[in-house]
Amino acid sequence: MIMTEITNTISPQLRPDFATIAAWIKPATKVLDLGCGDGALLRYLTDTLQIKGYGVEIDDTNILACLNNRINVIQSDLESGLSGFESNSFDYVILSQTLQAMRHTENIIHEILRVGKEGIVTFPNFGHWKNRLQILRGFMPVSPILPYEWFDTPNIHLCTLKDFEQFCHQHRVHILERRVMTGNQQTTFAPNLLGMLAFYRFTQRK
Amino acid sequence: MHDSDSIGIVTPQHLHFDSPLQLDSGAILDSYELVYETYGELNAARSNAVLICHALSGNHHVAGVYADNPKNAGWWNNMIGPGKPIDTNRFFVIGINNIGGCHGSTGPATINTKTNKPFGADFPMVTTIDWAETYVRLAQRLNIDQFAAVVGGSLGGMSAMQLSLDAPEKVRHAVVIAAAAKLTAQNIAFNDVARQAIITDPDYHGGDYYAQQTIPRRGLRLARMLGHITYLSDDSMAEKFGRELRSGSLGYNFDVEFQIESYLRYQGDKFAEQFDANTYLLMTKVLDYFDPARDYNNDLSAAFHGVKANFLVLSFSSDWRFSPERSRSIVKALLDNNLNVSYAEIASRHGHDSFLMKDDHYHQLVRSYMNNITT
Repeated sequence: MIMTEITNTISPQLRPDFATIAAWIKPATKVLDLGCGDGALLRYLTDTLQIKGYGVEIDDTNILACLNNRINVIQSDLESGLSGFESNSFDYVILSQTLQAMRHTENIIHEILRVGKEGIVTFPNFGHWKNRLQILRGFMPVSPILPYEWFDTPNIHLCTLKDFEQFCHQHRVHILERRVMTGNQQTTFAPNLLGMLAFYRFTQRK
Repeated sequence: MHDSDSIGIVTPQHLHFDSPLQLDSGAILDSYELVYETYGELNAARSNAVLICHALSGNHHVAGVYADNPKNAGWWNNMIGPGKPIDTNRFFVIGINNIGGCHGSTGPATINTKTNKPFGADFPMVTTIDWAETYVRLAQRLNIDQFAAVVGGSLGGMSAMQLSLDAPEKVRHAVVIAAAAKLTAQNIAFNDVARQAIITDPDYHGGDYYAQQTIPRRGLRLARMLGHITYLSDDSMAEKFGRELRSGSLGYNFDVEFQIESYLRYQGDKFAEQFDANTYLLMTKVLDYFDPARDYNNDLSAAFHGVKANFLVLSFSSDWRFSPERSRSIVKALLDNNLNVSYAEIASRHGHDSFLMKDDHYHQLVRSYMNNITT
């Protein structure tokens, strides 16, 4: 659905975000990928880490692509939650570059933590300096990672690293690890200004 | 005539089984016959067999045509054939007529060798559990250790599920289309109205109408008319018939006035001449009885414990007889058992009957899934 690139050739060079997510996942675990697109991430995780993977998708074309990629996929609308999945039935639940397009943000984070022992969320950092610069110039940001115009964007809940971390604090979400990437490079200095893609691994705060 | 990628001319085959079949109901069928058809070639490893399970009124004639009746294409001819979603160039496809049926396998119209009369009302009640056992025995006779896939829609989907439950080692993949894990009260209610239509027909003669040289035509016709309404959607009926009148003006009588009446009566009449009323009664009971969770405190996930097959589950948005929600409960049980499962809800306007229709996306899904089955 959102901005997942369609990639059939899977290599960490082409998709540095895959490698970043994979680094957080233990081998032979059970993984649910929400908004899994064509199943490329799950294919990658299955091939590299022998995980047991399932995807959730709403789009017909992507469902078919998942079948072609030999990925288990369940057609369902994430906005209506994960009622088809048992509590605590997955080691990891991933929401990759989809959070910003979801209507029911709080509900999906809650559902991720109900179904998964850990959640992994990635999103484009709206606080990146290029976005800030475009707004300073008076326009909504358009970039390779946010390729839409203001009037046709599916991204209705964009946020910065600070926004997300505040959200987690307010919603009993315990962040275990954060990684910020700009292309292939990890961004450690001033990530909310210089980082393009944010990765969070989190669990329920006890 | 028939499409160019049809399997062409096919011939039904018969197998006789002498070992008694202990039925779910407690009754015993001493011996029985199965009629089936096969398409494509069984490979050397005998690992490419696909079993097609039929729905309520289906049979073993799944694809191709008969030499003496080139217009009578199999009921799933659009799905099965060379280059089709279930590709007979790759798979050895088997269509079977279930016992209790009326197309050649032992059923109520078969002569009971003990009495030299048709079984009629004496034919024992059967269930999907009994059918699953006959599938296992058929596989044995054909020297097939494991089906590459078992595929079915509606009651056929339930039969496929049943085999995966009863003989986990025999099923590598199950494709369950427009099915449910059990019938709702509404489903059973429709079935019982259909049964009452048949049983209360004076020509039913307690099920032994064969001896009276008659058939409960009116009852069977009503049963089919009712069933047919539930297989279609309100939208598809509106689209196809609307309130169109046959003659263009109201007649103020009880004759056929609206096109939908004409259509349903025609379907009912045609069916009543072709199908056995006792089989119809039996098939509706098989549907009502299907409930694998029943022995597990209504816990479907517990029922699926031990199942090994990989699953493709498909539903249709406009199917109100076995709605997508019913399929999702099957998916949930499979997920709970860590089984491989994919599920798609196909946008469709044609109601329950969608599973028989040619739809690009639907057929693509089946094709993609089947393509990835190793043989």
